[in-house]
Amino acid sequence: MATIVAVVTSNEERAKGGGAPVFIVKDHDALQKVGGSLEKILDCTAHEITDDTLIIVER
Amino acid sequence: MELYLLAVVVGVGFGCLARFRLLRTDFRQYPTYPQGRFIHLSLGFIAAFIGAVAVPSVLDSNWTAVTFLGLAATQFREVRKMERDTLEKIDEDELVKRGSPFIEGMAQAFESRNYLVMFTSLVTTLLTVFSIWLGIVGGFIMLFIVKRNMSGMILSSIADVKEGEIRFEGPNLYVSDIHIKNVGLEETRQLIQDRAVGVIVIPKGEDSIVTLSHLGQRQAMLHQVATVLGSYLDSGEPSLLPLSKRNMNDGRIGLFMMPQERDFKQIKTVLEHVPVLDSAIRLPSEADKGKGKR
Repeated sequence: MATIVAVVTSNEERAKGGGAPVFIVKDHDALQKVGGSLEKILDCTAHEITDDTLIIVER
Repeated sequence: MELYLLAVVVGVGFGCLARFRLLRTDFRQYPTYPQGRFIHLSLGFIAAFIGAVAVPSVLDSNWTAVTFLGLAATQFREVRKMERDTLEKIDEDELVKRGSPFIEGMAQAFESRNYLVMFTSLVTTLLTVFSIWLGIVGGFIMLFIVKRNMSGMILSSIADVKEGEIRFEGPNLYVSDIHIKNVGLEETRQLIQDRAVGVIVIPKGEDSIVTLSHLGQRQAMLHQVATVLGSYLDSGEPSLLPLSKRNMNDGRIGLFMMPQERDFKQIKTVLEHVPVLDSAIRLPSEADKGKGKR
């Protein structure tokens, strides 16, 4: 089963508690950049849930 | 005495020849490194010897000596287990894994080849006891039979391979109309658009639909292409990992892969020669399921 290891979002409203660390970023470019770094560092995959939110998933 | 010696030598010779032929013909055979080939050939030699030596024992009514054939069976099973464990360990570090069913098939093939070699030398020795020419002819016939039996089915006999279009709908990657996965990063999407190849594998009939749905079979297809054609991949890039998805309506399989060279003709050829795994083969058409009966 897969686990969400991190959430990156540019919309503060999206982030509620849940156990995975949430990274709040300013805009779309930062979203992509932070998501990309996390993907490489964690060796996990980034998925787009909505326009302003990415989740990093470990399988 | 001398007759037996000649028969055994001829039997062992043909057994070893059979093992050597089997080592070459099936491209799924993995021992390309010196040690692996040597192990296989040595075990083949032992199997051939056991098979050959059984004949003089039986002819001399030394029945208890035949029990060592049972010992041989145990040994081959042990060796198969060893092969399987080694392959599983190596598979952990593969960029595109073989998958357990593929490995199981390889280990089984390894064991069955040893048995085939044993029977080849047994039959050849038996025939040589009567006449050396009969033995030699029989040996060649056995080589032919053995080679024919070992070539299993390849993918082209159960499915057609067509190119699929790689396209994105937002973050979702599609191969033609089959959804593959969600790709979050735009950089990765661009990379996929530039370098990925999509393939649609269309099953030829009711049996093929079920066979192709087998996850081990699909993983074997991906592994084969990645191994033969290279992969634009690295550890730490799980989003570029080849993936297969099934269209649940009609059983078509969509493959997403990133070969080193983007040449569909090569990919098609490799895929058509992917072996159909023994553990994946299903024949629902032969089952009595009351379909069509009133």
